[in-house]
Amino acid sequence: MPRITYIEHDGTEHTVEVGNGLSVMEGARDNDIPGIEADCGGACACATCHVYVDPSWIGKIPAKDDAEADMLDFAAAPTSGASRLACQIRVGDHLDGLIVRMPETQG
Amino acid sequence: MSRVVIIGAGQAGASLAIKLRGLGHEGPITLIGSEEALPYQRPPLSKKYLLGEMEVERLHLRPRSFYEERRIELRPGVAVTSIDRAGKTVTLDDGTSLPYDQLALTTGAEPLRLPARLGGELPGTYTVRTLRDVDAMAPEFVEGRRVLIVGGGYIGLEAAAVAASRGLQVTLVEMAERILQRVAAPETSTYFRELHRGHGVDIREGVGVASLAGEGRVATAALSDGTTLATDFVVVGVGVRPATGLAEAAGLAIENGIRVDAHGRTTDPSIFAAGDCTSFPYRGQRVRLESVPNAIDQAEAAAASMLGSGKDYEARPWFWSDQYDVKLQIAGLNAGYDRTVVRPGARAGALSVWYYRGSELLAVDAMNDPRSYMTGKRWIEGGFSPPPAVVGDPQCDLKTLAAPGSPGAVPATPRGG
Ligand SMILES: Cc1cc2nc3c(=O)[nH]c(=O)nc-3n(C[C@H](O)[C@H](O)[C@H](O)COP(=O)(O)OP(=O)(O)OC[C@H]3O[C@@H](n4cnc5c(N)ncnc54)[C@H](O)[C@@H]3O)c2cc1C
Ligand code: FES
Repeated sequence: MPRITYIEHDGTEHTVEVGNGLSVMEGARDNDIPGIEADCGGACACATCHVYVDPSWIGKIPAKDDAEADMLDFAAAPTSGASRLACQIRVGDHLDGLIVRMPETQG
Repeated sequence: MSRVVIIGAGQAGASLAIKLRGLGHEGPITLIGSEEALPYQRPPLSKKYLLGEMEVERLHLRPRSFYEERRIELRPGVAVTSIDRAGKTVTLDDGTSLPYDQLALTTGAEPLRLPARLGGELPGTYTVRTLRDVDAMAPEFVEGRRVLIVGGGYIGLEAAAVAASRGLQVTLVEMAERILQRVAAPETSTYFRELHRGHGVDIREGVGVASLAGEGRVATAALSDGTTLATDFVVVGVGVRPATGLAEAAGLAIENGIRVDAHGRTTDPSIFAAGDCTSFPYRGQRVRLESVPNAIDQAEAAAASMLGSGKDYEARPWFWSDQYDVKLQIAGLNAGYDRTVVRPGARAGALSVWYYRGSELLAVDAMNDPRSYMTGKRWIEGGFSPPPAVVGDPQCDLKTLAAPGSPGAVPATPRGG
Protein backbone atom coordinates (compact mmCIF):
# COMPACT_ATOMS: atom_id res chain seq x y z
CA MET A 1 0.00 0.00 0.00
CA PRO A 2 1.22 3.53 -0.73
CA ARG A 3 2.65 5.37 2.26
CA ILE A 4 1.64 8.95 2.84
CA THR A 5 3.15 11.41 5.29
CA TYR A 6 0.86 13.99 6.83
CA ILE A 7 2.53 16.83 8.72
CA GLU A 8 0.46 18.80 11.19
CA HIS A 9 0.86 22.54 11.43
CA ASP A 10 2.93 22.14 14.60
CA GLY A 11 5.32 19.80 12.76
CA THR A 12 4.00 16.47 14.10
CA GLU A 13 4.46 13.85 11.38
CA HIS A 14 2.24 10.85 10.70
CA THR A 15 3.27 8.31 8.09
CA VAL A 16 0.51 5.82 7.31
CA GLU A 17 -0.46 3.32 4.63
CA VAL A 18 -3.48 4.30 2.60
CA GLY A 19 -5.32 1.88 0.35
CA ASN A 20 -5.35 2.38 -3.41
CA GLY A 21 -8.49 4.14 -4.55
CA LEU A 22 -9.09 5.98 -1.30
CA SER A 23 -8.55 9.71 -1.18
CA VAL A 24 -5.78 11.47 0.72
CA MET A 25 -8.56 12.86 2.96
CA GLU A 26 -9.89 9.36 3.73
CA GLY A 27 -6.36 8.25 4.62
CA ALA A 28 -6.16 10.98 7.25
CA ARG A 29 -9.67 10.37 8.53
CA ASP A 30 -9.32 6.61 8.90
CA ASN A 31 -6.07 7.09 10.80
CA ASP A 32 -7.46 9.84 13.01
CA ILE A 33 -4.85 12.35 11.91
CA PRO A 34 -5.75 15.81 13.23
CA GLY A 35 -5.87 18.90 11.02
CA ILE A 36 -8.28 17.68 8.35
CA GLU A 37 -11.96 18.05 9.14
CA ALA A 38 -13.64 16.92 5.91
CA ASP A 39 -17.15 17.88 6.97
CA CYS A 40 -18.72 17.04 3.62
CA GLY A 41 -17.18 13.59 3.50
CA GLY A 42 -15.37 14.20 0.22
CA ALA A 43 -18.02 15.95 -1.86
CA CYS A 44 -15.75 18.90 -2.74
CA ALA A 45 -18.26 21.09 -0.93
CA CYS A 46 -16.65 22.25 2.32
CA ALA A 47 -12.94 23.00 1.76
CA THR A 48 -12.13 21.73 5.27
CA CYS A 49 -9.71 19.14 3.88
CA HIS A 50 -7.22 21.73 2.62
CA VAL A 51 -3.58 20.56 2.48
CA TYR A 52 -0.32 21.87 1.07
CA VAL A 53 1.33 19.34 -1.18
CA ASP A 54 5.11 19.12 -0.70
CA PRO A 55 6.85 21.05 -3.51
CA SER A 56 8.53 17.90 -4.80
CA TRP A 57 5.10 16.35 -5.46
CA ILE A 58 3.20 19.23 -7.01
CA GLY A 59 3.68 18.22 -10.64
CA LYS A 60 3.02 14.51 -9.98
CA ILE A 61 -0.61 14.80 -8.92
CA PRO A 62 -3.43 15.16 -11.48
CA ALA A 63 -4.44 18.81 -11.81
CA LYS A 64 -7.40 20.28 -9.94
CA ASP A 65 -10.66 21.04 -11.70
CA ASP A 66 -12.36 24.45 -11.73
CA ALA A 67 -14.55 23.78 -8.70
CA GLU A 68 -11.62 22.71 -6.56
CA ALA A 69 -9.56 25.67 -7.76
CA ASP A 70 -12.34 28.12 -6.88
CA MET A 71 -12.87 26.60 -3.43
CA LEU A 72 -9.16 26.80 -2.69
CA ASP A 73 -8.86 30.31 -4.01
CA PHE A 74 -11.23 31.41 -1.26
CA ALA A 75 -10.12 29.00 1.49
CA ALA A 76 -8.17 30.14 4.56
CA ALA A 77 -4.49 30.83 3.63
CA PRO A 78 -4.30 29.24 0.17
CA THR A 79 -0.98 28.89 -1.64
CA SER A 80 -1.29 28.62 -5.39
CA GLY A 81 0.33 25.46 -6.67
CA ALA A 82 0.68 23.70 -3.32
CA SER A 83 -2.89 24.03 -2.05
CA ARG A 84 -5.21 21.09 -2.73
CA LEU A 85 -8.39 19.58 -1.35
CA ALA A 86 -7.29 16.24 0.05
CA CYS A 87 -10.60 14.60 -0.85
CA GLN A 88 -9.94 15.25 -4.53
CA ILE A 89 -6.59 13.41 -4.61
CA ARG A 90 -7.02 9.69 -5.28
CA VAL A 91 -4.32 7.48 -3.85
CA GLY A 92 -2.46 5.06 -6.09
CA ASP A 93 1.00 3.54 -6.31
CA HIS A 94 2.18 6.66 -8.11
CA LEU A 95 1.65 8.57 -4.85
CA ASP A 96 3.78 6.28 -2.66
CA GLY A 97 5.83 8.61 -0.48
CA LEU A 98 3.56 11.64 -0.89
CA ILE A 99 4.01 14.37 1.71
CA VAL A 100 1.24 16.83 2.58
CA ARG A 101 1.11 19.53 5.25
CA MET A 102 -1.95 20.79 7.03
CA PRO A 103 -2.76 24.49 7.38
CA GLU A 104 -3.08 26.17 10.77
CA THR A 105 -6.87 26.20 10.46
CA GLN A 106 -9.50 24.80 8.13
CA GLY A 107 -11.29 28.16 8.20
CA MET B 1 -15.59 6.99 35.56
CA SER B 2 -18.76 8.05 33.91
CA ARG B 3 -20.46 5.55 31.64
CA VAL B 4 -21.86 7.03 28.42
CA VAL B 5 -24.58 5.42 26.33
CA ILE B 6 -25.40 6.91 22.92
CA ILE B 7 -28.67 6.02 21.20
CA GLY B 8 -28.47 6.29 17.41
CA ALA B 9 -25.31 5.38 15.51
CA GLY B 10 -25.59 7.84 12.64
CA GLN B 11 -23.59 10.96 11.87
CA ALA B 12 -24.24 12.70 15.19
CA GLY B 13 -23.86 9.57 17.33
CA ALA B 14 -20.53 8.61 15.78
CA SER B 15 -19.20 12.18 15.95
CA LEU B 16 -20.19 12.42 19.59
CA ALA B 17 -18.48 9.15 20.53
CA ILE B 18 -15.31 10.03 18.63
CA LYS B 19 -15.17 13.50 20.17
CA LEU B 20 -15.65 12.16 23.71
CA ARG B 21 -12.57 9.98 23.26
CA GLY B 22 -10.71 12.77 21.52
CA LEU B 23 -11.34 15.04 24.51
CA GLY B 24 -9.97 12.42 26.87
CA HIS B 25 -13.05 10.69 28.25
CA GLU B 26 -11.84 7.33 29.54
CA GLY B 27 -15.04 5.69 30.73
CA PRO B 28 -17.06 3.19 28.72
CA ILE B 29 -18.84 4.43 25.59
CA THR B 30 -21.59 2.33 24.00
CA LEU B 31 -23.01 3.37 20.64
CA ILE B 32 -26.34 1.66 19.97
CA GLY B 33 -27.88 1.80 16.50
CA SER B 34 -30.89 0.13 15.00
CA GLU B 35 -29.25 -0.11 11.58
CA GLU B 36 -26.96 -3.05 10.82
CA ALA B 37 -24.25 -1.07 9.02
CA LEU B 38 -21.23 0.64 10.56
CA PRO B 39 -22.01 4.34 11.05
CA TYR B 40 -22.11 5.88 7.57
CA GLN B 41 -22.71 9.12 5.73
CA ARG B 42 -26.11 9.57 4.12
CA PRO B 43 -25.51 12.30 1.50
CA PRO B 44 -24.08 9.94 -1.15
CA LEU B 45 -27.18 7.72 -0.82
CA SER B 46 -29.11 10.01 -3.17
CA LYS B 47 -26.03 10.99 -5.15
CA LYS B 48 -22.91 8.99 -6.07
CA TYR B 49 -23.89 5.79 -4.29
CA LEU B 50 -27.25 5.58 -6.06
CA LEU B 51 -25.48 6.40 -9.33
CA GLY B 52 -23.25 3.40 -8.69
CA GLU B 53 -20.12 5.54 -8.52
CA MET B 54 -19.22 4.90 -4.88
CA GLU B 55 -18.60 1.66 -3.03
CA VAL B 56 -20.32 0.96 0.28
CA GLU B 57 -17.05 0.89 2.27
CA ARG B 58 -16.49 4.52 1.38
CA LEU B 59 -19.77 5.47 3.00
CA HIS B 60 -18.50 4.34 6.38
CA LEU B 61 -17.49 7.24 8.58
CA ARG B 62 -14.63 5.17 10.05
CA PRO B 63 -13.39 1.59 9.61
CA ARG B 64 -14.45 -0.94 12.25
CA SER B 65 -10.93 -1.11 13.71
CA PHE B 66 -11.13 2.57 14.55
CA TYR B 67 -13.90 1.98 17.08
CA GLU B 68 -12.19 -1.08 18.52
CA GLU B 69 -8.92 0.77 19.04
CA ARG B 70 -10.74 3.54 20.88
CA ARG B 71 -12.88 1.21 22.97
CA ILE B 72 -16.09 2.56 21.50
CA GLU B 73 -18.46 -0.37 21.81
CA LEU B 74 -20.74 -0.63 18.77
CA ARG B 75 -24.10 -2.33 19.12
CA PRO B 76 -25.43 -2.44 15.56
CA GLY B 77 -28.85 -3.82 14.72
CA VAL B 78 -30.21 -3.09 18.20
CA ALA B 79 -32.89 -0.54 19.05
CA VAL B 80 -33.51 1.13 22.38
CA THR B 81 -37.14 0.72 23.36
CA SER B 82 -37.32 2.79 26.53
CA ILE B 83 -35.38 5.02 28.89
CA ASP B 84 -35.73 4.76 32.66
CA ARG B 85 -34.54 8.16 33.83
CA ALA B 86 -34.95 7.45 37.53
CA GLY B 87 -33.00 4.19 37.37
CA LYS B 88 -30.61 5.53 34.66
CA THR B 89 -30.96 2.53 32.40
CA VAL B 90 -32.07 1.95 28.83
CA THR B 91 -33.93 -1.13 27.61
CA LEU B 92 -33.00 -2.72 24.29
CA ASP B 93 -35.19 -4.65 21.88
CA ASP B 94 -33.17 -7.80 22.57
CA GLY B 95 -34.62 -7.74 26.06
CA THR B 96 -31.47 -6.62 27.87
CA SER B 97 -30.89 -3.33 29.60
CA LEU B 98 -27.89 -1.10 30.04
CA PRO B 99 -26.98 1.37 32.80
CA TYR B 100 -25.70 4.87 32.06
CA ASP B 101 -24.35 7.85 33.91
CA GLN B 102 -24.82 10.14 30.92
CA LEU B 103 -27.06 9.45 27.96
CA ALA B 104 -27.01 11.00 24.47
CA LEU B 105 -29.92 10.86 22.02
CA THR B 106 -28.83 11.03 18.39
CA THR B 107 -31.82 9.31 16.86
CA GLY B 108 -32.01 11.40 13.68
CA ALA B 109 -35.17 11.66 11.66
CA GLU B 110 -37.67 9.35 10.01
CA PRO B 111 -38.89 9.81 6.45
CA LEU B 112 -42.54 10.69 5.99
CA ARG B 113 -44.49 8.20 3.87
CA LEU B 114 -47.73 8.26 1.98
CA PRO B 115 -50.35 6.60 4.18
CA ALA B 116 -50.96 2.89 3.59
CA ARG B 117 -54.63 3.51 2.80
CA LEU B 118 -53.48 5.63 -0.16
CA GLY B 119 -51.18 2.89 -1.40
CA GLY B 120 -48.06 4.31 0.27
CA GLU B 121 -46.88 0.84 1.34
CA LEU B 122 -47.36 -0.97 -1.95
CA PRO B 123 -44.24 -2.82 -3.10
CA GLY B 124 -42.33 -0.64 -5.54
CA THR B 125 -42.71 2.43 -3.30
CA TYR B 126 -39.54 3.65 -1.63
CA THR B 127 -38.32 6.23 0.85
CA VAL B 128 -34.73 7.51 0.83
CA ARG B 129 -33.22 7.53 4.30
CA THR B 130 -31.12 4.45 4.93
CA LEU B 131 -28.60 2.34 3.09
CA ARG B 132 -31.21 -0.41 3.13
CA ASP B 133 -33.76 1.86 1.47
CA VAL B 134 -31.33 2.70 -1.28
CA ASP B 135 -30.05 -0.84 -1.78
CA ALA B 136 -33.67 -1.92 -2.11
CA MET B 137 -34.51 0.65 -4.77
CA ALA B 138 -31.25 0.56 -6.73
CA PRO B 139 -32.23 -2.45 -8.93
CA GLU B 140 -35.28 -0.45 -10.11
CA PHE B 141 -33.01 2.15 -11.72
CA VAL B 142 -32.86 0.55 -15.16
CA GLU B 143 -32.70 2.55 -18.37
CA GLY B 144 -36.06 3.13 -20.01
CA ARG B 145 -38.19 2.45 -16.93
CA ARG B 146 -40.65 4.99 -15.56
CA VAL B 147 -40.26 6.47 -12.10
CA LEU B 148 -42.56 8.83 -10.26
CA ILE B 149 -40.82 11.00 -7.72
CA VAL B 150 -43.05 12.53 -5.08
CA GLY B 151 -41.64 15.72 -3.59
CA GLY B 152 -39.45 18.45 -5.04
CA GLY B 153 -37.11 19.00 -2.10
CA TYR B 154 -33.40 18.22 -2.26
CA ILE B 155 -33.80 14.47 -1.82
CA GLY B 156 -36.47 14.20 -4.53
CA LEU B 157 -34.50 16.37 -6.91
CA GLU B 158 -31.30 14.42 -6.32
CA ALA B 159 -33.13 11.14 -6.93
CA ALA B 160 -34.60 12.64 -10.11
CA ALA B 161 -31.13 13.65 -11.29
CA VAL B 162 -29.77 10.15 -10.71
CA ALA B 163 -32.75 8.57 -12.49
CA ALA B 164 -32.54 10.93 -15.47
CA SER B 165 -28.77 10.44 -15.72
CA ARG B 166 -29.34 6.71 -15.88
CA GLY B 167 -31.82 7.03 -18.70
CA LEU B 168 -35.10 6.53 -16.85
CA GLN B 169 -38.29 8.39 -17.72
CA VAL B 170 -38.77 10.67 -14.77
CA THR B 171 -41.88 12.48 -13.57
CA LEU B 172 -41.59 14.59 -10.43
CA VAL B 173 -44.65 16.00 -8.69
CA GLU B 174 -44.52 18.73 -6.09
CA MET B 175 -47.63 19.64 -4.18
CA ALA B 176 -46.50 23.19 -3.42
CA GLU B 177 -46.58 25.89 -6.04
CA ARG B 178 -42.92 25.36 -6.83
CA ILE B 179 -40.08 22.94 -6.13
CA LEU B 180 -37.84 23.85 -3.16
CA GLN B 181 -40.58 26.19 -1.91
CA ARG B 182 -39.91 25.39 1.74
CA VAL B 183 -36.19 25.99 1.56
CA ALA B 184 -35.32 28.44 -1.21
CA ALA B 185 -36.30 31.57 -3.11
CA PRO B 186 -38.13 31.42 -6.46
CA GLU B 187 -34.88 32.20 -8.32
CA THR B 188 -33.25 29.04 -6.98
CA SER B 189 -36.36 27.00 -7.77
CA THR B 190 -36.27 28.34 -11.33
CA TYR B 191 -32.63 27.42 -11.74
CA PHE B 192 -33.28 23.82 -10.74
CA ARG B 193 -36.54 23.54 -12.66
CA GLU B 194 -34.73 24.53 -15.84
CA LEU B 195 -31.83 22.23 -15.07
CA HIS B 196 -34.12 19.22 -14.65
CA ARG B 197 -36.29 20.06 -17.65
CA GLY B 198 -33.12 20.31 -19.71
CA HIS B 199 -32.43 16.70 -18.70
CA GLY B 200 -35.90 15.58 -19.72
CA VAL B 201 -37.52 15.42 -16.29
CA ASP B 202 -41.27 16.10 -16.37
CA ILE B 203 -41.71 18.43 -13.39
CA ARG B 204 -45.28 19.13 -12.33
CA GLU B 205 -45.69 21.77 -9.62
CA GLY B 206 -48.86 22.38 -7.66
CA VAL B 207 -49.66 18.70 -8.14
CA GLY B 208 -49.82 16.10 -5.40
CA VAL B 209 -50.44 12.38 -5.27
CA ALA B 210 -54.02 11.49 -4.34
CA SER B 211 -53.35 7.74 -4.21
CA LEU B 212 -51.21 4.92 -5.56
CA ALA B 213 -52.64 1.68 -6.86
CA GLY B 214 -51.61 -1.63 -8.39
CA GLU B 215 -52.10 -5.39 -8.12
CA GLY B 216 -49.47 -6.54 -5.63
CA ARG B 217 -47.21 -3.72 -6.72
CA VAL B 218 -47.56 -0.04 -7.51
CA ALA B 219 -48.56 0.57 -11.15
CA THR B 220 -50.47 3.83 -11.29
CA ALA B 221 -50.70 7.11 -9.45
CA ALA B 222 -53.83 9.21 -9.25
CA LEU B 223 -52.71 12.83 -9.13
CA SER B 224 -54.50 15.75 -7.49
CA ASP B 225 -55.10 17.40 -10.88
CA GLY B 226 -57.34 14.49 -11.85
CA THR B 227 -54.87 12.76 -14.16
CA THR B 228 -53.59 9.20 -13.75
CA LEU B 229 -50.00 8.28 -14.38
CA ALA B 230 -48.63 4.83 -15.14
CA THR B 231 -45.32 4.13 -13.42
CA ASP B 232 -42.90 1.29 -12.73
CA PHE B 233 -41.92 2.51 -9.26
CA VAL B 234 -42.27 5.45 -6.90
CA VAL B 235 -39.73 7.33 -4.81
CA VAL B 236 -41.18 9.38 -1.97
CA GLY B 237 -39.18 12.37 -0.75
CA VAL B 238 -41.72 14.42 1.15
CA GLY B 239 -39.67 15.30 4.19
CA VAL B 240 -38.87 13.84 7.58
CA ARG B 241 -40.03 14.04 11.14
CA PRO B 242 -37.54 14.16 14.00
CA ALA B 243 -37.25 10.82 15.83
CA THR B 244 -38.50 12.00 19.21
CA GLY B 245 -40.60 9.00 20.29
CA LEU B 246 -38.17 7.67 22.93
CA ALA B 247 -37.52 11.11 24.37
CA GLU B 248 -41.19 11.92 24.49
CA ALA B 249 -42.05 8.66 26.24
CA ALA B 250 -39.33 9.44 28.78
CA GLY B 251 -40.96 12.78 29.50
CA LEU B 252 -38.32 15.06 27.96
CA ALA B 253 -39.51 18.37 26.51
CA ILE B 254 -40.22 18.27 22.77
CA GLU B 255 -40.48 21.37 20.64
CA ASN B 256 -40.13 20.62 16.92
CA GLY B 257 -37.55 18.02 17.95
CA ILE B 258 -36.00 17.18 21.30
CA ARG B 259 -35.56 20.51 23.01
CA VAL B 260 -31.90 21.15 23.92
CA ASP B 261 -30.12 24.20 25.23
CA ALA B 262 -26.96 25.74 23.81
CA HIS B 263 -24.98 22.99 25.56
CA GLY B 264 -26.93 20.20 23.90
CA ARG B 265 -28.63 19.36 27.19
CA THR B 266 -32.24 18.18 27.26
CA THR B 267 -34.59 18.94 30.15
CA ASP B 268 -32.84 16.10 32.06
CA PRO B 269 -29.32 17.21 33.06
CA SER B 270 -27.93 13.69 32.47
CA ILE B 271 -29.36 13.44 28.97
CA PHE B 272 -27.94 15.23 25.93
CA ALA B 273 -29.07 15.22 22.32
CA ALA B 274 -27.72 16.31 18.93
CA GLY B 275 -28.41 16.19 15.20
CA ASP B 276 -31.62 15.97 13.19
CA CYS B 277 -33.69 14.97 16.23
CA THR B 278 -33.13 18.24 18.12
CA SER B 279 -34.19 21.86 18.13
CA PHE B 280 -31.75 24.36 19.58
CA PRO B 281 -31.24 28.10 20.03
CA TYR B 282 -29.79 29.99 17.05
CA ARG B 283 -29.55 33.78 16.93
CA GLY B 284 -32.59 34.37 19.05
CA GLN B 285 -34.76 31.71 17.40
CA ARG B 286 -35.20 27.97 17.98
CA VAL B 287 -34.29 25.94 14.91
CA ARG B 288 -33.99 22.33 13.80
CA LEU B 289 -31.51 21.58 11.03
CA GLU B 290 -31.25 18.51 8.84
CA SER B 291 -27.65 18.58 7.75
CA VAL B 292 -24.37 16.76 8.18
CA PRO B 293 -22.38 19.84 9.26
CA ASN B 294 -24.86 20.54 12.03
CA ALA B 295 -24.94 16.91 13.13
CA ILE B 296 -21.15 16.92 13.46
CA ASP B 297 -20.71 20.31 15.10
CA GLN B 298 -23.64 20.00 17.48
CA ALA B 299 -22.57 16.49 18.52
CA GLU B 300 -19.03 17.67 19.16
CA ALA B 301 -20.31 20.57 21.23
CA ALA B 302 -22.54 18.19 23.21
CA ALA B 303 -19.55 15.90 23.82
CA ALA B 304 -17.60 18.82 25.25
CA SER B 305 -20.55 19.78 27.46
CA MET B 306 -20.84 16.23 28.75
CA LEU B 307 -17.26 16.55 29.92
CA GLY B 308 -17.99 19.83 31.64
CA SER B 309 -17.18 22.54 29.09
CA GLY B 310 -19.53 25.47 29.47
CA LYS B 311 -19.17 26.65 25.89
CA ASP B 312 -22.29 27.49 23.88
CA TYR B 313 -22.86 25.81 20.55
CA GLU B 314 -22.98 28.43 17.84
CA ALA B 315 -24.27 26.86 14.66
CA ARG B 316 -22.70 27.95 11.39
CA PRO B 317 -25.32 26.50 9.06
CA TRP B 318 -24.38 25.31 5.62
CA PHE B 319 -25.54 22.61 3.24
CA TRP B 320 -24.89 21.23 -0.21
CA SER B 321 -26.65 19.26 -2.92
CA ASP B 322 -25.38 17.64 -6.12
CA GLN B 323 -27.61 17.34 -9.18
CA TYR B 324 -26.15 16.39 -12.58
CA ASP B 325 -23.02 18.52 -12.92
CA VAL B 326 -24.35 21.25 -10.65
CA LYS B 327 -23.15 21.66 -7.12
CA LEU B 328 -25.36 23.78 -4.90
CA GLN B 329 -23.77 25.17 -1.75
CA ILE B 330 -25.78 27.11 0.81
CA ALA B 331 -24.40 29.22 3.64
CA GLY B 332 -26.54 30.67 6.42
CA LEU B 333 -30.27 30.31 7.04
CA ASN B 334 -32.68 32.30 4.90
CA ALA B 335 -35.64 32.19 7.33
CA GLY B 336 -37.23 35.64 7.52
CA TYR B 337 -35.70 37.11 4.35
CA ASP B 338 -37.52 39.96 2.67
CA ARG B 339 -35.54 40.30 -0.54
CA THR B 340 -33.08 38.50 -2.73
CA VAL B 341 -30.28 39.60 -5.03
CA VAL B 342 -29.16 37.46 -7.94
CA ARG B 343 -25.55 37.48 -9.03
CA PRO B 344 -24.31 35.73 -12.18
CA GLY B 345 -21.08 33.85 -11.52
CA ALA B 346 -17.82 33.99 -13.43
CA ARG B 347 -18.21 30.60 -15.10
CA ALA B 348 -20.99 29.47 -17.44
CA GLY B 349 -24.05 28.28 -15.50
CA ALA B 350 -22.81 29.79 -12.26
CA LEU B 351 -25.34 31.80 -10.27
CA SER B 352 -25.83 32.88 -6.69
CA VAL B 353 -28.92 34.04 -4.84
CA TRP B 354 -28.33 36.24 -1.80
CA TYR B 355 -30.95 36.54 0.94
CA TYR B 356 -31.36 39.76 2.91
CA ARG B 357 -33.59 40.92 5.73
CA GLY B 358 -33.43 44.69 5.40
CA SER B 359 -29.72 45.35 5.03
CA GLU B 360 -28.67 42.17 6.85
CA LEU B 361 -27.26 39.33 4.77
CA LEU B 362 -28.81 36.06 5.96
CA ALA B 363 -27.85 33.38 3.46
CA VAL B 364 -26.59 32.57 -0.01
CA ASP B 365 -27.44 29.78 -2.45
CA ALA B 366 -24.51 29.26 -4.81
CA MET B 367 -24.98 27.13 -7.92
CA ASN B 368 -21.68 26.02 -9.45
CA ASP B 369 -20.24 29.10 -7.84
CA PRO B 370 -17.90 28.12 -5.00
CA ARG B 371 -16.49 31.65 -4.91
CA SER B 372 -19.83 33.11 -3.89
CA TYR B 373 -20.37 30.32 -1.40
CA MET B 374 -16.97 30.66 0.24
CA THR B 375 -17.20 34.44 0.40
CA GLY B 376 -20.81 34.49 1.56
CA LYS B 377 -20.13 31.95 4.27
CA ARG B 378 -17.30 34.00 5.68
CA TRP B 379 -19.35 37.19 5.58
CA ILE B 380 -22.39 35.65 7.23
CA GLU B 381 -20.35 34.05 9.99
CA GLY B 382 -18.44 37.27 10.51
CA GLY B 383 -21.57 39.43 10.55
CA PHE B 384 -20.63 41.36 7.36
CA SER B 385 -23.50 42.58 5.24
CA PRO B 386 -22.34 44.20 2.00
CA PRO B 387 -25.00 46.38 0.36
CA PRO B 388 -27.30 44.31 -1.86
CA ALA B 389 -26.70 46.54 -4.88
CA VAL B 390 -22.97 45.91 -4.66
CA VAL B 391 -23.35 42.14 -4.33
CA GLY B 392 -25.71 42.12 -7.29
CA ASP B 393 -23.22 43.93 -9.53
CA PRO B 394 -21.26 41.24 -11.39
CA GLN B 395 -18.51 43.79 -12.12
CA CYS B 396 -17.77 43.95 -8.40
CA ASP B 397 -15.07 41.47 -7.50
CA LEU B 398 -16.11 39.47 -4.41
CA LYS B 399 -12.53 39.39 -3.20
CA THR B 400 -12.07 43.14 -3.13
CA LEU B 401 -15.56 43.69 -1.75
CA ALA B 402 -14.61 42.78 1.77
CA ALA B 403 -11.28 44.60 1.64
CA PRO B 404 -10.92 47.71 3.79
CA GLY B 405 -12.05 50.86 2.01
CA SER B 406 -14.12 48.99 -0.58
CA PRO B 407 -17.86 49.58 -0.91
CA GLY B 408 -18.58 46.21 0.69
CA ALA B 409 -16.40 46.77 3.70
CA VAL B 410 -19.12 47.21 6.27
CA PRO B 411 -17.66 46.71 9.72
CA ALA B 412 -18.73 43.57 11.53
CA THR B 413 -21.49 44.20 13.98
CA PRO B 414 -22.05 41.90 16.92
CA ARG B 415 -25.14 39.75 16.54
CA GLY B 416 -27.75 39.02 19.11
CA GLY B 417 -29.03 35.53 19.73
C1 LIG C 1 -30.53 10.69 1.02
C2 LIG C 1 -30.03 11.77 1.92
C3 LIG C 1 -29.19 12.77 1.39
C4 LIG C 1 -28.70 13.78 2.20
N1 LIG C 1 -27.87 14.71 1.66
C5 LIG C 1 -27.31 15.65 2.46
C6 LIG C 1 -26.36 16.60 1.95
O1 LIG C 1 -26.04 16.62 0.77
N2 LIG C 1 -25.81 17.47 2.81
C7 LIG C 1 -26.13 17.50 4.14
O2 LIG C 1 -25.59 18.31 4.88
N3 LIG C 1 -27.03 16.63 4.65
C8 LIG C 1 -27.63 15.72 3.85
N4 LIG C 1 -28.55 14.84 4.37
C9 LIG C 1 -28.95 14.96 5.78
C10 LIG C 1 -27.98 14.27 6.71
O3 LIG C 1 -27.68 12.99 6.25
C11 LIG C 1 -28.56 14.23 8.10
O4 LIG C 1 -28.76 15.56 8.53
C12 LIG C 1 -27.62 13.52 9.08
O5 LIG C 1 -27.48 12.18 8.75
C13 LIG C 1 -28.14 13.67 10.50
O6 LIG C 1 -27.40 12.88 11.38
P1 LIG C 1 -28.06 12.27 12.70
O7 LIG C 1 -27.00 11.49 13.36
O8 LIG C 1 -28.75 13.34 13.42
O9 LIG C 1 -29.20 11.29 12.18
P2 LIG C 1 -29.05 9.94 11.35
O10 LIG C 1 -27.88 9.99 10.47
O11 LIG C 1 -30.38 9.70 10.76
O12 LIG C 1 -28.78 8.83 12.45
C14 LIG C 1 -29.73 8.44 13.41
C15 LIG C 1 -29.57 6.96 13.69
O13 LIG C 1 -30.24 6.63 14.89
C16 LIG C 1 -30.83 5.38 14.76
N5 LIG C 1 -31.90 5.26 15.76
C17 LIG C 1 -33.05 5.99 15.84
N6 LIG C 1 -33.78 5.57 16.91
C18 LIG C 1 -33.09 4.58 17.51
C19 LIG C 1 -33.33 3.77 18.66
N7 LIG C 1 -34.42 3.90 19.39
N8 LIG C 1 -32.41 2.83 18.98
C20 LIG C 1 -31.28 2.69 18.24
N9 LIG C 1 -31.01 3.44 17.16
C21 LIG C 1 -31.90 4.38 16.80
C22 LIG C 1 -31.32 5.38 13.33
O14 LIG C 1 -31.53 4.08 12.87
C23 LIG C 1 -30.18 6.08 12.62
O15 LIG C 1 -29.23 5.17 12.18
C24 LIG C 1 -29.07 13.82 3.56
C25 LIG C 1 -29.93 12.84 4.09
C26 LIG C 1 -30.40 11.83 3.29
C27 LIG C 1 -31.31 10.79 3.86
S1 FES D 1 -13.94 16.86 2.39
FE1 FES D 1 -15.22 18.55 1.95
S2 FES D 1 -14.14 19.48 0.31
FE2 FES D 1 -12.90 17.81 0.79
